[in-house]
Amino acid sequence: MSGPEPTSAKLVGTLTLAGLLSGLVLVGVFQATKPLIAANRAAAMQAAVTRVVPGAVQAASYERVGDKVQPSKVEVGAASDKPMAYAGLDKDGRVLGFAIPAEGPGFMDTIRLLYGYVPGKGTVIGMEVLDSRETPGLGDKIIKDADFVGNFKQLDSKPEIVGKKKGTKSKPNEIDFITGATISSKAVVKILNGSTAQWAQPLTTAAPPAGGKP
Amino acid sequence: MSQDNGPSPWTVLAAGLWRENPIFALVIGLCPTMAVTNTVTNALVMGVATLVVLVGSSTLVSALRKVTPGPVRITIYIIIIATFVSAVDWALAALLPAAHKQLGAFISLIVVNCIILGRAEAFAARNAVWPAVLDALGMSLGFTLAMLMISAPREILGSGTLLGHPLFGPRFEPWVIMVLPPGGFLTMATELAILAWWRQRLAARRAPAEAT
Repeated sequence: MSGPEPTSAKLVGTLTLAGLLSGLVLVGVFQATKPLIAANRAAAMQAAVTRVVPGAVQAASYERVGDKVQPSKVEVGAASDKPMAYAGLDKDGRVLGFAIPAEGPGFMDTIRLLYGYVPGKGTVIGMEVLDSRETPGLGDKIIKDADFVGNFKQLDSKPEIVGKKKGTKSKPNEIDFITGATISSKAVVKILNGSTAQWAQPLTTAAPPAGGKP
Repeated sequence: MSQDNGPSPWTVLAAGLWRENPIFALVIGLCPTMAVTNTVTNALVMGVATLVVLVGSSTLVSALRKVTPGPVRITIYIIIIATFVSAVDWALAALLPAAHKQLGAFISLIVVNCIILGRAEAFAARNAVWPAVLDALGMSLGFTLAMLMISAPREILGSGTLLGHPLFGPRFEPWVIMVLPPGGFLTMATELAILAWWRQRLAARRAPAEAT
């Protein structure tokens, strides 16, 4: 680091060159990894859809525009500026239910989840937390507690889902909260109620996917 | 290769593992250490990601040391490091999506891990490429080793698992605090104390031997 003081032109030139080379490398790596990352995201969402809509073997994208739900060109799992839902289809292309992503505030951070829903009947048929930072050992039971997750296998969302103290649920629209994770349990119920209220009506108008049966 | 003057390759490599271990001797890079040592898998992936970034950036910093103007050298180092970190971030998202999701923002935050910039400024900028690579390897292996030593007790006690495999029966009650931030501090402090005591003992044993 000795020698004569470098000129301003040399400093600017060096930094410009460094920025240019870095930019080239970054764009190259980004382009190379982009299809893989998109494929991973789509595969993860496809798999999640088949888990929350029992019996489904594939998924088809739908988007909500105003109070209408229509088939979407956006790939399953890809980002979109419109609210998305994914139809869970059986091997003949029949719609068994819709998997709807929803999110809301949890105890620590936003909880993102996906739930299976049968329009018309208004039944929740599955729920999976996609992403959360709930407290390990307490709040993360919303993912790990089989009893809690089991609540969502056949749950009536009308008029709304109601959480009860563990072991006291009696009606088809009630679930058991997790002891010690009441805030996280309440958050899940609130997210589901908010989301079903938005989707219930529009989903009844959804057309079947291209080439499929209703 | 000739290494007449200057430390031997093994000395350079081993420095990072023990004598100048980033976590246990220099006590730097603690932010990612605390954040990702809740499971052994996370610590391992973080260690490998850091290794790729550190070896890559040290190599480039050393190779370019004669053409890097002094006044803007830190800026250049940051450009080099940030480029490697972004590349590693995307590569992980493409190849190991599950691990990438677990580590979240901490991969991007490798860019501000002071081990990386520290080695660029303290070692790579003053040495030839080959010693710089060895130094980077030693430092990142030492970093990974230390993170493994912290993450193993945390995962075993806090989740009752090791590398995700359950170790104890269903009646094991996990010691949850160990996977929470306080558990990271407790584990690291305990290990730092044990290692400091051990180093002192080694030094005390060596001192009388040298006197005779």
